[in-house]
Amino acid sequence: MSFWNWEWVGTHLDLIGEKLGEHLWLTLLAVGFGLVVSFPLAILAHRRARTYPAITWVTGLLYTIPSLALFALLVPFTGLSTLTAEIGLVSYTLLILIRNAVTGLGGTPEDVKEAARAMGYSERGVLWRVELPLALPVIVAGIRIATVTTIGLVTVTALIGKGGLGALMLGGFRRLYPQIAILVGVALSVALAVAADRVLLWAQRALTPWARRTRSVTAT
Amino acid sequence: MGDTMISLRHVAKRFPGTRTPAVRDLSLDVDRGETVVLVGPSGCGKTTTMKMINRLIEPTSGTIEVDGTDVMAQDPVRLRRGMGYVIQSIGLMPHRTVAQNIATVPRLEGWDDARIDRRVRELAATLRLDEELLDRYPAELSGGQRQRVGVARALAVDPPVMLMDEPFAAVDPIVRAVLQDQFLDIQRRLRKTIVFVTHDIDEAIKMADRIAILNLGGVLEQHAPPEEILREPANAFVEEFVGAERGLKRLALIKVSEIDVDEGPVVSPEDDAEKARALIRDGGFGWVSVLEDGELLGWVDEAMLEGKARVSDATPRRFSAYVTAEDSLRQALDSIVTSRTNVAVVVTEGQRYRGILTLERVSREIVS
Repeated sequence: MSFWNWEWVGTHLDLIGEKLGEHLWLTLLAVGFGLVVSFPLAILAHRRARTYPAITWVTGLLYTIPSLALFALLVPFTGLSTLTAEIGLVSYTLLILIRNAVTGLGGTPEDVKEAARAMGYSERGVLWRVELPLALPVIVAGIRIATVTTIGLVTVTALIGKGGLGALMLGGFRRLYPQIAILVGVALSVALAVAADRVLLWAQRALTPWARRTRSVTAT
Repeated sequence: MGDTMISLRHVAKRFPGTRTPAVRDLSLDVDRGETVVLVGPSGCGKTTTMKMINRLIEPTSGTIEVDGTDVMAQDPVRLRRGMGYVIQSIGLMPHRTVAQNIATVPRLEGWDDARIDRRVRELAATLRLDEELLDRYPAELSGGQRQRVGVARALAVDPPVMLMDEPFAAVDPIVRAVLQDQFLDIQRRLRKTIVFVTHDIDEAIKMADRIAILNLGGVLEQHAPPEEILREPANAFVEEFVGAERGLKRLALIKVSEIDVDEGPVVSPEDDAEKARALIRDGGFGWVSVLEDGELLGWVDEAMLEGKARVSDATPRRFSAYVTAEDSLRQALDSIVTSRTNVAVVVTEGQRYRGILTLERVSREIVS
């Protein structure tokens, strides 16, 4: 049988679709929880600058743990579960998401903040109505990086019995599936990463029309 | 006068970690509807003083009252919504359109959409902002347009008090002069109580009802109308700060209507040409004005009356330039030195003749 076993692909579209769906789901969960965890931390770091070094130290440490090692460490506690996979995946998003959010929130020009206060915005109003909208391009850029990174990392979770498209690749290596399964897994995960990046870029532009019409200005 | 809107009493501000206070002990009153310009060298605490009024900076000691209420006893958010605020860098929200920027405070105050829309259009008209600009973002505007949007935003809920920190400093001199004139025009109608900060004495002279000249540490050197500061500087600091051309600057503040004008040599068309010739010779000007029932027809000289029996037989020539009662003595001076007749002819609406101004007459105002 040749490498190009299209017949297997044709008869296993259900399996491939299921793995693609799982891959997307694991990614969405990871980035979603990543946002839920990182957002309050980013606000805290923004409001109380002294907390920022500690927050980056912890999330930076998490980020440097090799993914395989992290999953291996977690398995005794949380088993071969989605929870194990997500704890790892979420951990890796935090550094990127927090750093971009803090950079974005800190990027509001002083005069804009001063004018906002002088017009009678409360401190909370300045954050939600001025700093946050202005930080959106940088925050969304962080989400894009985190999403693409997570799509790559999800494949590693195949080793603990999850993995989405990674399971196709691992199955291919272990000869459970024909070798073309590896290629399908690789091609679809790359396509998923590119598609997710495009969608988020489009979302960012839709959310921040002012940044597009004034790109040359905000770039400086 | 006497109706105090903003009152500073022994106000001091010392920033943490600095040896000398930014403002040592400043007492100052701003009357309702008046423009007080705080002017002085950098480090004189003028911006700090202004920001203490809306509590962007809180005084270390002393009291500031606005409309009889201590600002420290009020919620800063409420206090600030009652004060328009314009700064040099404007601080427009880059993510909001011009219309949304102007609507900032009305939106915070919970106005309904229809009322906001009406108010935005009204302000755009007042500030001469083209309606097509309303949907643009600030980065798509010129410097002058941004300044106008900044002023419109500050005026949005018609606050009784305006705080302005070098509001026109970021644009070129020509646009600045236009914006200043427009703002003076708006202020004449609205009569806001304005605290205006600048380092430019000429801008202070132009915009102020009263100027407060501050020295380092917020020391008030003189607080008086511009004309008085130019005429009688309180001390050497003020004199030096006001600078050269004090006399000329004063002339710009005096209107023609405020001084007596000379009648000048006049004849009517029915008069004998001989009478006109006599006036031309004795008047010392070499010409005579021709008036018909108070309306100025022009001037005639001896050459034009040559061989004529009556003044009406000659065709008077029009004066090339006039000044009106509303013009300043500086404009009159300009008219004098550039006209062939060496006088400024003063007329009212409909070319009614009022008299003439000579160089001697105007220079008497410089020295007085």
